[in-house]
Amino acid sequence: MLLEVEGLSVRFGGLTALADVTLAVAPGEITAVIGPNGAGKTTLFAAISGFLRPQAGRVRFAGREVGGMPPERLCALGLVRTFQVTRPFAGLTVRENIAVAAHLRHASRKAALALAERVAARVRLEDRLDRPAAELTLAGRKRLELARALATEPRLLLLDEVLAGLNPAEVAEMEPVIRGLRADGITVLLIEHVMQAVMRLSDRVWVLVGGRIVASGPPATVVRDPAVIEAYLGRGAAERLLREDALAGGA
Amino acid sequence: MLEPSILAASLIHGLANGAVYALVALGLSLVYGVLHIINFAHGALLMAALYAVYFLVERVGLDPYAAIPILVPAAGVVGYLLHRYVVAKASRGREEAVLLVTLGVALVLENLALALFRSDTRTIETGWAFEMVAVGPALLPAAKLAAAAGALVAVLALWAVVRATDLGRAIRAVAKEREAARLVGIDVDHVFALAFAIGTATLGAAACLLLPTYYVSPQVGHGFVLIAFTIVVLGGMGSFWGAFWGGLLIGVVESLGGLFLGESLGQIGIFAIFIATLLLRPTGLFGRAV
Amino acid sequence: MRSLPAIGFFALAALPLPWLTSSGTVLNLATMVLLFATLGQAWNLLGGMAGQFSFGHAAFFGTGAYATAIAQIRFGLDAWSGFALAILAAVAMGALVGFASFRFRLRGSYFALVTLAFAEVARILANSLEITGAGVGLLLPLAPGLDRLQFADKAGYYWFALVLCTGGLVLASLVRESRLGARLAAVRENEEAARALGVDAFAVKMQAILLSAGLAGAVGAFYTQLFLYLDPHIAFGPQVSVEALLGPIVGGTASLWGPVLGAAVLQLLGEASRALTGGATGANLVAYGIVLVLIVRFFPDGIIGMGRARAADARGVTG
Repeated sequence: MLLEVEGLSVRFGGLTALADVTLAVAPGEITAVIGPNGAGKTTLFAAISGFLRPQAGRVRFAGREVGGMPPERLCALGLVRTFQVTRPFAGLTVRENIAVAAHLRHASRKAALALAERVAARVRLEDRLDRPAAELTLAGRKRLELARALATEPRLLLLDEVLAGLNPAEVAEMEPVIRGLRADGITVLLIEHVMQAVMRLSDRVWVLVGGRIVASGPPATVVRDPAVIEAYLGRGAAERLLREDALAGGA
Repeated sequence: MLEPSILAASLIHGLANGAVYALVALGLSLVYGVLHIINFAHGALLMAALYAVYFLVERVGLDPYAAIPILVPAAGVVGYLLHRYVVAKASRGREEAVLLVTLGVALVLENLALALFRSDTRTIETGWAFEMVAVGPALLPAAKLAAAAGALVAVLALWAVVRATDLGRAIRAVAKEREAARLVGIDVDHVFALAFAIGTATLGAAACLLLPTYYVSPQVGHGFVLIAFTIVVLGGMGSFWGAFWGGLLIGVVESLGGLFLGESLGQIGIFAIFIATLLLRPTGLFGRAV
Repeated sequence: MRSLPAIGFFALAALPLPWLTSSGTVLNLATMVLLFATLGQAWNLLGGMAGQFSFGHAAFFGTGAYATAIAQIRFGLDAWSGFALAILAAVAMGALVGFASFRFRLRGSYFALVTLAFAEVARILANSLEITGAGVGLLLPLAPGLDRLQFADKAGYYWFALVLCTGGLVLASLVRESRLGARLAAVRENEEAARALGVDAFAVKMQAILLSAGLAGAVGAFYTQLFLYLDPHIAFGPQVSVEALLGPIVGGTASLWGPVLGAAVLQLLGEASRALTGGATGANLVAYGIVLVLIVRFFPDGIIGMGRARAADARGVTG
């Protein structure tokens, strides 16, 4: 396993944000954590990536105990995250933004800038390289988040809602980019709201509700899990959906 | 060996000075609590107010305490205009820009005073200012006691304004949730400028209470501004009672520091406290924000 | 090193000034411009590049100034060793201030306040300790000679300042075009995001403050050589801290040349305001204050940014 999370718990004051979360990601997989708003998905990412110290539990990355490590060290080990609310270096150009990340493994300015250019092409930002990051649209900023994370040449990429807020055409453009990461040996763990995309992209998903994992498995199975449907759409929704499915199947 | 009575006298002097420091720090604390900005011009504004009192006393023949009802509103108006048309306009809410703009205002005020009045130290003559009152083993000028009492009154007054008036409620709303306050129809820019105005108005009162036992010179603000920052940080930025207790503590530290280390080195205790508080407990030792 | 040709050109163009004019006033002014340009460059390494606004650069300037004076007066060292010691002492001061501030994650206004407090502590200590001559200050004996880094005429000091300023420019451009420069910019723009991308924010801010303090210390040592007199207010007073940040802010923090341009504009403005008011004390600082407010209000990217905005408008480039 590349990433193993075991019994992770995070509390803010009296509020339990994560309770005993356990999951494991194998190398080369694309997996996802889904769940309704406020389920603790972003908290989970923050705890895994070193931005938040969990009260209990362990995180192992590439066979190594990494709990309590600061984010910059985890990033150097090959575990990188993106932010749901994008955080571009607004005053820098797109090229400079990506180069900061590329510098992690390339001391020379030239090498870092060259890598930045290659990564930008990959996420289709090549025509915006010398524009200030502040000018990018939401879709552009999401691409930039992804590009910067890729430029650190990670082994595991935690993507926090990179598809949220994009229109269907933009989602359709991003999907192959994410799928293509597998070919480079990059393992991906997504947090997503855009269900259809998750279904198409992921090998396996975990469902996080109220800080707990309530279901896991292949996406097709998980979305039929009544506990999941209830959590997402409210009480009684499972039955209703099944009825509608039956109707649709009949027609 | 130190006489206990000397120590006690030093403590009492420290408390009296501390109350005056608290008075100067109050406005700074309010401005920080509401606007979350650090006003580098605070010392220079105090200096300007001290000159105003000085000229009212020397040229108009007013009693310094009689100047309070003039200075407080006047300083308030200056503060309002300064914030609304200079600080807010120039900084557009950026933290570093506020530091720079208030620094610029301080430079202008201080050096205008230097150009106009030169670096002379000026004091006022009042018959009663140095009448001594025995407080325990210490002899204190009556005017210093009046200033200390004035500080307490000012804390209570500010506290009452912020707790119990509509303006106070608006100020607290803006301090907590800037955007939400805007959405419910509070004129945020106006409230900011009012908070700044109140902060400056307290300097008007401070100047009237301070001058009888103090002096005015173009650089007089320097001595106060870092002490005031220390008090604000120590008391928890934005907390009035914190500023009050912080002021007393700083007064005592300065007084005892002077007693044990000498006048010049004695000040070091204040800055040691300042740095330690910033590093270890930037939320302050006392009280909560507005 | 894309900026190297420009720096070379600058140094060569400034070199012949003492042969072109014999006016002491002009040479003095030019020397002060170079001095403050270098001090501003030092401030900008930390304030402009890393976005950590120091209001206490006097702590580093003064440490350098006193270190060489003490080394020469109290320990009989030569001025060159004194100069090297000044840089080391200022770097040590930078390490102290930086470690305390950055370890405890002070940012923004809090960082500004703590640097100011450190400078004040240094001033009080210099005012009280015997080794610094307390309030009386320190006086270096006049003895021109290259080994004492003292010059018989103004031209010598002017070239000394030019070497220092050129050194500062080279240092700043090296940082700017390196990995460290990229990382400092990232920390300035968004520290959390920078950390997520593997930037050790604490380490890079420390590097910035050490370089910044070292350069400011060198300027302080130069000041000692130039005026041969120091007191706590000259070395550690708030005016030094203010002048250190004014140049870059007015000239533009984003550019290598901002601090140089800012220092030139401010020194000229200072001269002009003194001339206009018949030499009133403080007239130059009144002018500085007004310019500071106006620049922050209308041209937050400084004079250089003002030119850029124009050029972009002319090309029809819009946001």
